[in-house]
This record gives sequence, C-alpha cells and structure tokens, in this order.
Amino acid sequence: MNNDSLWTIFLNASLVNNFVLAYFLGICPFLGVSGKLGTATRMGGAVCFVMLVSSICAYGIHRLLVAIDAPYLQLISYIVVIASTVQLVEMFIKKMSPALFRALGIFLPLITTNCAILGLALFQTNKGYDLLQSIVYALGAGSGFTLALVLMAGIREKLELATVPDMVQGTALTLMIAGILSLAFMGFAGVGA
Amino acid sequence: MQGHDRKPATAMSTDDFIKGLWRENPVFVQVLGMCPVLAVTNSAVNALAMGLATTFVLVLSNTLVSALRHFIPRQVRIATFILIIATFVTVVDYLIQAISLDLHRALGAFISLIVVNCLILGRAEAFASKNGVGRSVLDGLGMGVGFTFALLCLGGAREIFGSGSLFGVSLFPAAYQPWIVMILPSGGFFTLALWLLLFNHLKLRRQARDSLAQEVMP
Repeated sequence: MNNDSLWTIFLNASLVNNFVLAYFLGICPFLGVSGKLGTATRMGGAVCFVMLVSSICAYGIHRLLVAIDAPYLQLISYIVVIASTVQLVEMFIKKMSPALFRALGIFLPLITTNCAILGLALFQTNKGYDLLQSIVYALGAGSGFTLALVLMAGIREKLELATVPDMVQGTALTLMIAGILSLAFMGFAGVGA
Repeated sequence: MQGHDRKPATAMSTDDFIKGLWRENPVFVQVLGMCPVLAVTNSAVNALAMGLATTFVLVLSNTLVSALRHFIPRQVRIATFILIIATFVTVVDYLIQAISLDLHRALGAFISLIVVNCLILGRAEAFASKNGVGRSVLDGLGMGVGFTFALLCLGGAREIFGSGSLFGVSLFPAAYQPWIVMILPSGGFFTLALWLLLFNHLKLRRQARDSLAQEVMP
C-alpha cells in the first residue's frame, strides 16, 4: 500500500515526472500528432479518456489476478483491456465527429500501442496505488501528456514560419525541441516532494 | 491464396537480413520504437540488454505470426499479433529476472513495455503476415540487430559523455567532469537528434554528389 497524498500523485504524474518528457512514454504520437494545435488537444483528450478507463480496469484486473494467484497473466490481460477500450473510443469518435476521426487518422488505433497507457497501468501496479490513487494518477498522467503535446504543437506551428537548414528539418528538429522542453520540465523537480 | 504464397516463401535471400541493418534501420531511418530507444540508453549495458531482449521477441513473434498467417482471420489480426507478442515478452521478462536481478531492476517496466514497441507490431503486420517462416526469421533478426546497433550508438555516446565510461570501464582521467545532462532525459533527446543530424548530413551529401555526377555524365 502506498500512502502518498492525492495532490502529490497528481503533481508528480503531470509535471515532475511527466510521462513524455521524463519517462519517454508515448513518444510516437508526441512526434506524430503534434503538427497542429487543434488535433493535438483532441488527441490529448482521447488519450486521457483511455488512460482513465484502462487505469480503473487495470486496478480491478490486478486484484483479480492476485486473488487467483496468476501474476504472469498481467501483461496479456492489460493489453487486451487497453485494446478493447481503444476500439470503443474509436467507434465513439467515428460516430460523433467524423472530421476528428479523419484528422487523427492512423494515430487513433495506434493508441493501443501507446506505451504511456500500458506504462501507466504497470506503474500504478508497481507503486501499489489504491483505486482513488490510481484514478488521480491516470488523470495526472493524462493531463501531463496533453500539456506536453499542446506545448509541442504550439512551438511547431510557430516553426513553420521559420527557415531552418535542410539538414535539421523533420524529426531531428522536433527531437531537439523536445530536449529543450524536457530541460525546462526539470525545473519542476522537487515540487511534488 | 495459399498457392500464391508458396513461391516467395522459398525465395530466401540475404537481403531480408541486410536491409534491417542499414538501409531500413528501424531507429535511424524508420524512426520506430522510440520509447525504449530513449528511455534505457543511459548506459551501454542497458542498451545492449534491451536490444537483445527486443531481438529475441522480434524473431520469435515473427516466426509464430508467419507460421500462423493462414489461420488468423483478417479482422482480428492486430489483436492476435499483440497477444503473441505479449506472450513472448512475458517469457523474456521472467528470463531476465532469472539471469540478472540487477539488470531487471535497471530496465524496470521497460521490459514489459516491449509489447507496445511499434517496431515489433510493424514487422508482424508488414512482413511476417505476408511471407514464409524462413524469410520472416531473417527479417526479424536483421531488424533486431539494426535496432540493437542503434541502441548501442545512443547508449555508448550517452555513457561516454555522461559518466566518462563505456560498459562500466572508465575512459577518462579522474579530472574529467561528466556531462550530467547526457544521462538525464533531455540528453536522450539531444543525442538522438544529433545522430539523426549526422545521417541527414550523409544523405544530403550523397544526393548532392549523385546530382553532380548526373550533370557531368550526359
């Protein structure tokens, strides 16, 4: 059992140990969908929702697996739950907003292979959070992911107007900005302690 | 469909192996599987272990996916691939725990996270589900070795500058002041960006030379 206060857990997950910039989880969508500000915000929302649902499910599964003494099934059952949640979100978005569905494109089904979500489920199990702590942890991680994605999209929209050398264009430039952002987020170290 | 698949399956070639090493290197060219690339490369040993674990999973999942490719219905193929991968990752997880507990602690949750490495799912979908077992094994092996090579490039550079050593062997005199930033998360981003810069530079130079040669030749 872990008795960190809820506020500490939230701050820790969103700022101090930001999932993208400190743990390197969810780098693929971070590099792929951060081109436009609007898409980035909505992608963040979708990831937040999947994180919340899968975190609650992961808590239940963990209790169940402990009860029937089968910890080796942990990874397989987590990934199945995440995959089905993503499928649910995909159907929901397709019905509610076809435009957003097209904008997110391939990255929507790829939320399944977003390490941030599986990582969240594994970390909360390792840290031994109870249900409420898990929910707060998921919310913190989701907001941290959205914050990083939106910051990156804002910077990249500005960069489109700048001229950069041929050599630097593309992924290399994005990674350098991510490095600087990550340096900036290090300034939060100690806030949650 | 089965009859058509037979022919390319027998046409095994070394190209399946070679292409993953350089021309289609998963990290430097395809930019796949970034999470472990950045997260565990703060030392060369971690990088090597992660590369080998990924190669192991890649080869075995490619084998099984390729062997079962005629039995998996198209609609549920992604879910099936992920289940196959998750099984092998669980095996690797327990294997590393048995070999070295220290290593298991250093890599932490990132061993389990091999499941969501886009590289493995990508190879299962793009190659193993369309080709025979032999070629798929070669493809997995080539991609795995290319991945390990890239991880070593990053892990080596970060360890040399960040702790002044390589594989734990000290390289510099005691007066050397390590660059702490290289071990921190931001160092991972910077190192990968610099490697990509180097590769971009080489590519641009080759293109310039080729176009120059074309202007002179005719």
